[in-house]
Amino acid sequence: MSADLKDGGTFAAQKNAATPAAQLHQTAWPYLLLIAIACVVYFVFPNQLPLAARIAGMAIFVMSLDLVVGYGGLATLGHSAVYGMGAYACGIAATYVTGDPFLGLLIGAAAGAALAALSGLFLLRFEGLTFLMLTIAISQIAQNLASKLRTWTGGDDGLSGFAIGKLLGFASFDLQGRVAFIYCFTVMLVCLYLMRRLMGSPFGFACQGIHQNRIRMAATGTSIRGQLQKLYVLSGAFAGVAGALSAQVNQIIGLDTLGFELSAEALVMLVLGGAGSLYGAIAGTAIFMGIHDIASSINPYHWLFIIGGMLVFVVLLPRERWLAQLRRGLGAFGQLNSRRT
Amino acid sequence: MSTPTLLDIQGLDKFFGGLHVTRNVSLVLAAGDRVGLIGPNGAGKTTLINLITGTLEPSAGRVFFSGVEVGGLSQPQRVKLGLARTFQITQLAANLAIERQVELAIHERLGSVHHMWRSVDSYASVRSEAQAILTTLGLDELALRTPAELAYGEQRLVEIALAIALQPKVLLLDEPMAGVPAAERQLVLDALASLPPDLAILMIEHDMDLVFSFAKRVVVLADGAVLAEGPPEAIRRHAAVRKAYLGTEA
Repeated sequence: MSADLKDGGTFAAQKNAATPAAQLHQTAWPYLLLIAIACVVYFVFPNQLPLAARIAGMAIFVMSLDLVVGYGGLATLGHSAVYGMGAYACGIAATYVTGDPFLGLLIGAAAGAALAALSGLFLLRFEGLTFLMLTIAISQIAQNLASKLRTWTGGDDGLSGFAIGKLLGFASFDLQGRVAFIYCFTVMLVCLYLMRRLMGSPFGFACQGIHQNRIRMAATGTSIRGQLQKLYVLSGAFAGVAGALSAQVNQIIGLDTLGFELSAEALVMLVLGGAGSLYGAIAGTAIFMGIHDIASSINPYHWLFIIGGMLVFVVLLPRERWLAQLRRGLGAFGQLNSRRT
Repeated sequence: MSTPTLLDIQGLDKFFGGLHVTRNVSLVLAAGDRVGLIGPNGAGKTTLINLITGTLEPSAGRVFFSGVEVGGLSQPQRVKLGLARTFQITQLAANLAIERQVELAIHERLGSVHHMWRSVDSYASVRSEAQAILTTLGLDELALRTPAELAYGEQRLVEIALAIALQPKVLLLDEPMAGVPAAERQLVLDALASLPPDLAILMIEHDMDLVFSFAKRVVVLADGAVLAEGPPEAIRRHAAVRKAYLGTEA
């Protein structure tokens, strides 16, 4: 199964991978690679585990954004509203009902999906710049509402003081961030798997078709708004999970989780990694947050110069071009090696 | 036994502001009909197709499909009833392989386009049906290519393949030969010849040789209104049609 947008011309490879073992290999290796990277981070960079946990959590949010932007073609700057909704729902549930981590994730997902469903009914009537502006408006409304509802959200001071239960009944979040990292990374892997299944299904490909040509898909009988509404709700559920995860790991939720700036940053992460590729979303998140961490410790005021430079590079040199260059380079290297042997 | 009426258009009118582009157009299509819709540029031919498919709302008039009024139905709902179309300028998903696009049209017809868990590659029957359609149209060798990798005439065939995948009762072809180089014309002609005989087809076309060989009935539009309707030979001799569109050489 392949879900990347740019995979339209690679079905030959899929067909050739006919045996179940080959298909399993094709599906499993990205996960194995991610697990290998996680092991390296865990054992070689133990001091960086809190950062790695934040990256894993944020990667879920950026992947959820990729569903609507990269796959559905809906340019949004208000996705943080559903992320923050998931975070606040999880935090409020932990304060008043239950601090169970997995229930918290489900509550976050439900809250994110509910807000996406409600706002999607209105937003998806519009396209392009109007849609983009209205998504910002939804985010601002959500942020202002959270600010007013101090009793529930803590207002400008943020929501804190809630307790999160032990994972699976025995693992508490430790100061070194080991449990948080394993937890966030595992949830990220599960979300990645679910999103890949989703985008590799007929529904997922129909959404890609809508992104590429709405007129064609409508003429084929596709209900454009119906399909996009479903995609928006599912994306909201994943963003809600990311928000809930952030609330559980940080145990504080601020108004910035609902703000426009977070949506913009997530969009930059997505563009850096390449919209329309879930792996790209993970890579973009890791690059952005890694550079943020390193560069801001060197110069806390001007670290965005580096990100800006990288954005210019990515925009001027599209992913397909440098990937093609890389393939050509590797091909030449492979030929050289085969001649040597 | 008479053939049942599939598409019944009654008194369609369309205004764009003060511009009256479709004037009281009525038209009937029965199963197996081959109807040519001709007229000068700006006569309102594509607008008429857009009104029939639901892309545009008519200012007045009614459209019946299999006896049911479809005026309030969206374009996708009309497609599900059996009304398919192609476009004057090809409309295809740019980065999806053409086989995948045909598969998606079949999924749409079957309702499995809403499935979210099962991999699109696991629908063997859908894939084999898509391959059969592409083979019929001579596109099997190109199945894994994206539209950008195809010649324009081949892209026209993909549009026809997508329409066939929907198993429509009525097919509206909007200038299937427009922009097709002479070397690729035969591809489209063969494709048109291979369409199911019981399919009702309304074809807009400026290529008069194609229209007069393909259509059993020709409708002429001029200034948004029906100027003439009848068998090809009668239309060829029609004085008003010759004056308004065909010219005296026809």
